[in-house]
Amino acid sequence: MRDDRVGIKGIKDGLLITLNQDEEWRELTSELAKRIDGQSQFFSGARITVDLGARPVPKHDLGTLKALLERRGMTLTVVLSDSTTTIDAAQALDLRTSTAIPTPGRQPYETQDYSPEEEGITGVLLRRTLRSGRTVHSQGHVVVLGDVNPGAEIVASGDVIVWGKLRGNVHAGADGDESAMVCALDMTPNQLRIAGYISTSPPERRRKTRPEMALVRGGRIIVEAWG
Amino acid sequence: MAERLKPAISTPNGAGYPARPGGRVVTITSGKGGVGKTTTTANIGIALARLGRRVVMIDTDIGLRNLDIVLGLESRIVYDIVDVVEGRCKLRQAMIKHKQFPELYLIPAAQTRDKTAVSPADMVQITDQLRPEFDFILVDSPAGIERGFRNALAPADEVLIVTNPEVSAVRDADRIIGLIEAEKKDPGKLILNRVKADMVRRGEMLSPTDVTDILGISIIGIVPEDENVVPSSNSGMPVALNESSRAGLAFRNIARRLCGENVPFMSLEPSGNILQRLSRLFAGGSNE
Repeated sequence: MRDDRVGIKGIKDGLLITLNQDEEWRELTSELAKRIDGQSQFFSGARITVDLGARPVPKHDLGTLKALLERRGMTLTVVLSDSTTTIDAAQALDLRTSTAIPTPGRQPYETQDYSPEEEGITGVLLRRTLRSGRTVHSQGHVVVLGDVNPGAEIVASGDVIVWGKLRGNVHAGADGDESAMVCALDMTPNQLRIAGYISTSPPERRRKTRPEMALVRGGRIIVEAWG
Repeated sequence: MAERLKPAISTPNGAGYPARPGGRVVTITSGKGGVGKTTTTANIGIALARLGRRVVMIDTDIGLRNLDIVLGLESRIVYDIVDVVEGRCKLRQAMIKHKQFPELYLIPAAQTRDKTAVSPADMVQITDQLRPEFDFILVDSPAGIERGFRNALAPADEVLIVTNPEVSAVRDADRIIGLIEAEKKDPGKLILNRVKADMVRRGEMLSPTDVTDILGISIIGIVPEDENVVPSSNSGMPVALNESSRAGLAFRNIARRLCGENVPFMSLEPSGNILQRLSRLFAGGSNE
């Protein structure tokens, strides 16, 4: 039964720790500490991604978890969560964040084959401006109702739609999907990537803004009118 | 997105401040260094004192203290904020009274320690002690986004973000606003410092509208570049004391806006041609 509460497994860049979102927080952390202390050599030096599901974790609790891991020689680097409270807490602690996928038994950081129109593909809706320093990673699509300021970054396996000004860095189709696209009301990203292609905005200024869409055509990224 | 519907430049009306007992804690910060945080803090403090407000300024730039120099109070320091936190003196003993304004005080930073000598909780405790006795508690933040900034932000009821009309300063201000929002605080108001009207006109410098377009927060002050600022700071007589300085006027206007007054923004042009001056006169907006 205890595997339902605390899950630990190896992933591409370290270890993924999953804490069941419905269990009591203090019991979970003490259970986690016990599990790590039981096999300390195995865990020492590991980079940790922690998946907290939909649980809202305040900054204090997340800080305690980070310290708990650090005391055992591990580094908390990425927080997966669907809760804005948790994401904000992680940002405040300068941790990378990514939106967890709200399906049981999911496989973060593993690529799945899907077509963008397929049902059940997750998307993240962010109803705020992303300011410099903010990063959003998602296995699905990302929709921003607000601006993406210079210095902010979006990395999505699917498409990226910005209902506002896109001026930061964006990477759509980050798992290699060349059919992914990026749309924005004002498309002047610092850098735009789709799958393995990279482009930057021309340095012209004061142009007339119009909604645009970026996609890969003929081996390069092109931008055309959106809608 | 809602911010976009408001005018880019708005004047605060004094409403909507949190209802905490006593004075307001106003933190002045920027992210980037060298944009004029300390000069701004000193000048707003002086200008508020001129308006008869009881003001205490706290320098939180431990290890790199400057506010005492700009205020001309360096030689009077006996105790500092670290002495207060570590119990070597009472809070009252670390408060240095200004030479000219009897209700203007400075709590200096320590010069020998680092930012970790004070915690965010210490700052909340100190400012809570000061609230009953003052109208304004101005906290001068260090540059950066680390401990010193956290210390300065922790007690803030309001935040003033100082930036210059250049891309790197605006980028850092944007980062700071994101961090303030993450603390569930109001994102604050902007002070655009060292604006050169002729460069803005030629399109060589970001305009106030360019800056608010990126940051999406309202402006509480636009301070023109003014050659009086540096000598004033060097001599410990902040430019807000200088009646003929345009930067001084801009800082005095910010203080009036902080007190809830509706003060129109002054023209950025050095003095304007005769037509502009006349039109300002007729518009009744003459604030000079």
